[in-house]
Amino acid sequence: MALSYEEVVAKYEPSLGLEVHVELNTETKMFCGCATTFGAAPNTQTCPVCLGMPGALPFVNEKAIESTIRIGLALNCAITPISRFARKNYFYPDMPKNFQISQYDEPICTNGYLDVDVETDEGLQTFRIEIERVHMEEDTGKSLHVGGATGRIHGAEYSLLDYNRAGIPLVEIVTKVVSGTGKYAPEVAKAYVKELRDILRALGVSDVKMEQGSLRCDANVSLAPIGSGKLGTRSETKNVNSLRSVERAVRGEMIRHAGLLEKGERVIQETRHFQEDSGTTRSGRSKEQAEDYRYFPEPDLTPVAPDAGWIEKLRSQLPEKPSMRRARLQTLWQVPDKEMAAMVNAGAVDLVEETVALGADPTKARGWWLGEISRLANEAEVELININISPKDVARIVELITAGELTDKLARQVVAAVIAGEGDPDTVISTKGIKVVSDESALIAAIERAIAEQPETADKVRNGHLPAAGALIGAVMKETKGQADAARVRELLLGLLGQA
Amino acid sequence: MSDLIKKSAAELGSLISQGQVSSREVTQAHLDQIAATDPTINAFLFIDNEGALAQADLADRTKGEGKSPLHGVPLALKDVLTQKGVPTTCGSKILEGWRPPYDSTVVTRLKDSGVIILGKTNMDEFAMGSSTENSAFGPTRNPWDTERIPGGSGGGSAAALAAFQAPLAIGTDTGGSIRQPAAVTGTVGVKPTYGGVSRYGLVAFSSSLDQAGPCARTVLDTALLHQVIAGYDPKDATSINAAVPDVVAAAQRSDVKGMKIGVVKELSGDGYEKGVADRFAESLAILESQGAEIIEVSCPNFKYALGAYYLIAPSEASSNLARFDAMRYGLRVGDDGSRSAEEVMSLTRAAGFGAEVKRRIILGTYALSAGYYEAFYGSAQKVRTLITRDFAAAYQKVDVLVSPTTPTVAFKIGAKSDDPVSMYLSDVATIPVNLAGVASMSLPAGLSEGLPVGFQIIAPAMKDDRLYQVGGALERELHRQWNGPLTHQIPELQVR
Repeated sequence: MALSYEEVVAKYEPSLGLEVHVELNTETKMFCGCATTFGAAPNTQTCPVCLGMPGALPFVNEKAIESTIRIGLALNCAITPISRFARKNYFYPDMPKNFQISQYDEPICTNGYLDVDVETDEGLQTFRIEIERVHMEEDTGKSLHVGGATGRIHGAEYSLLDYNRAGIPLVEIVTKVVSGTGKYAPEVAKAYVKELRDILRALGVSDVKMEQGSLRCDANVSLAPIGSGKLGTRSETKNVNSLRSVERAVRGEMIRHAGLLEKGERVIQETRHFQEDSGTTRSGRSKEQAEDYRYFPEPDLTPVAPDAGWIEKLRSQLPEKPSMRRARLQTLWQVPDKEMAAMVNAGAVDLVEETVALGADPTKARGWWLGEISRLANEAEVELININISPKDVARIVELITAGELTDKLARQVVAAVIAGEGDPDTVISTKGIKVVSDESALIAAIERAIAEQPETADKVRNGHLPAAGALIGAVMKETKGQADAARVRELLLGLLGQA
Repeated sequence: MSDLIKKSAAELGSLISQGQVSSREVTQAHLDQIAATDPTINAFLFIDNEGALAQADLADRTKGEGKSPLHGVPLALKDVLTQKGVPTTCGSKILEGWRPPYDSTVVTRLKDSGVIILGKTNMDEFAMGSSTENSAFGPTRNPWDTERIPGGSGGGSAAALAAFQAPLAIGTDTGGSIRQPAAVTGTVGVKPTYGGVSRYGLVAFSSSLDQAGPCARTVLDTALLHQVIAGYDPKDATSINAAVPDVVAAAQRSDVKGMKIGVVKELSGDGYEKGVADRFAESLAILESQGAEIIEVSCPNFKYALGAYYLIAPSEASSNLARFDAMRYGLRVGDDGSRSAEEVMSLTRAAGFGAEVKRRIILGTYALSAGYYEAFYGSAQKVRTLITRDFAAAYQKVDVLVSPTTPTVAFKIGAKSDDPVSMYLSDVATIPVNLAGVASMSLPAGLSEGLPVGFQIIAPAMKDDRLYQVGGALERELHRQWNGPLTHQIPELQVR
């Protein structure tokens, strides 16, 4: 009988291990000069080196080393004085050399940590996630399986290979075993990936777009009976392409493992693939027999020995930690805890900060990003960061409202049009002819018509019953399709009715 | 036979620069010699008649002041280095049809110096072998005796020199593949310091041991070619960023007065033929008479070199050769629409690799496997460190080390085909050099029963000039005794 999540965590203690792969945003690949632009036509960003042509040799992209060291420093890691590249040998068609240049027993960064905050029953609680290692490697190409029902290799008629991605620098960040999270394991996993993503974004080393694969998370999950002091058999879930999926995948695996254990079955050590639609995982290749990658030091590359002075320089130039920055901005903007948390959750902090930097009032900027724009993002099922409106657009809209050139209602139309790709706010306003009606003769005529149509209401106002004005103002606004400035309509109306 | 082909590269370069002969005439003379002799010798896998003549015409149009002394001089290129648009097989069927889209750095430098590339020379498949019998395209024959091997893996390049098909050649040396063929063909070959010549475009056998180097019939020609191909290359991370020693000046100076020359005790005795030992002793006597001090030194860890080599080289090879999988270039077997990529990979590798290559891939795969790595690869790397220390200790006492290049003269084709270990022993004196990354030359010391014997000189890393200094001095006296290069004594080839 399947256990509910509450029953699972009452009986079992989960342990996590998270492996995050980050594609660096260097202009060129890890070991050659090819471009790294996302989405180029297949096999147009390749050369003898990244195609693994006979005789071609790798040479290290110094920028990639720098980015990796900065990641390590931001995660409180020790930087290895002399680290080495190693070859990981296995055959796969999308891997040009049939080995991947990676790092093995001498990674460039080791022993760090990252603190993450998770909302618990007892309030905000900090969990320390220990980092085992951060290392560099090259990405593989991509296989596209054509024909067959599933798009998977099994049953496909043929496969196409695109090596544009082959050789793009990847950084792998591996945690130590994360235990002691209890029922918060899924939230801790999500908070870790999110905090990591924010740090990487602040460092400017990666696009960190999970849906494009520039940040990929593999979640190792195991369960052991509470108090057993042991680790259970783990499964490794791949293909987790959003923060929400990290949480769902961990929770789903905990429930699946518990189901097996309750039936007296054993958990198989294997790779599983997360299914976005169902929120469950399906079995991939079994890892029961550990693959032998025959690692050995990469003889084509010399050891990486970063200068100590350089490391200190990079350390001194690290950006503010996201957690510190959040605390600073919260004070600066005078935002209550709960709203700050909402802003963090929605991924709006950067956007609001940029909008404020462009001159917008913090409260108004926050209002737009967390209000109307978040609503449209939810409707479109995209993350706020990826919606098609920039802080610059929002700052301009706030400016126009303050100047009285847009009403809130008109501004919402402008926001929708910008997101729909109709151009920046000024373009939208001019092409759509959106403007606050300020021709007062037309406005006065409209008010006079409203008075003529509702004589009894007008009389109430004349007699000093001011709330009745609302109906007349509403009529004027309706007639002007919302383009009139309601405050001005009220002024004019009251003037005409002798109540100014 | 045109008398142009018997001339040294230095002479040809000089005649071309003075306008006494055109590069086209020189190139055509060598192409004619290849056409006449290669059906017998089989030194070339690809003869680039059109390309070579086009390069020669270009060289004739661009000759002038300040050009390289080898401007317009032809060369034979070992088929393990890429040349854009020219077939590159590494002596293997698995690279069938592949024309590389890029030039190796060695080729770029040759072209920049106006050297004419005649074609690609035969070799043991992926440079694995000591006889050129492991080529998928038939063995190369030794011009001294066509029943015998020309050494390997670079037997094609060495035979081309000895058969006057080219005055210059490029070889590569992983465990002796330049020096052993040079020894058994009576030619000169140098394995430069590891990192001295770029490996970019050299199809890797064992990355930490492979080194391309110059081959010729005289020490000076070898130095001139060395000067052209050596130097730092940012495309090869293991390339040394330092000035190239002036090897040409050293070859011309060639004075050994006051030099200390160490004879490696471990590279003598049992297994070394009497004729080989005798020629070696006579060469030592010449150097001594020229003012060098001869000192015996011991390198006790050399006895482990062969074992360490046959773990490290196959381990690296098993990984380097993984890329030959039918997916992107070369041979593809069994792709009938019903088979998976993995099956096609497997069928292609089964059909495309020869027995020796497979033997080494299996050996290397095993040596790198979990549970065996430390015992095999790990131990071999420790031996490598010990051998490097042996060299360092020896160079505290002497300027260069010397030994016979090979224990025997050229053996008969087929004599060792069924006995890989006996074949591996051909390189017992050359392998320690690769393990330590130091520089080494083989030059002719004379004949034993009508077959050439090689004299090996070993210099510290980045002291390649000492090879030429000692080699030049020895050669000067030997050429005086022989009335010219040893290759002039090669019997007239019985052309088939």
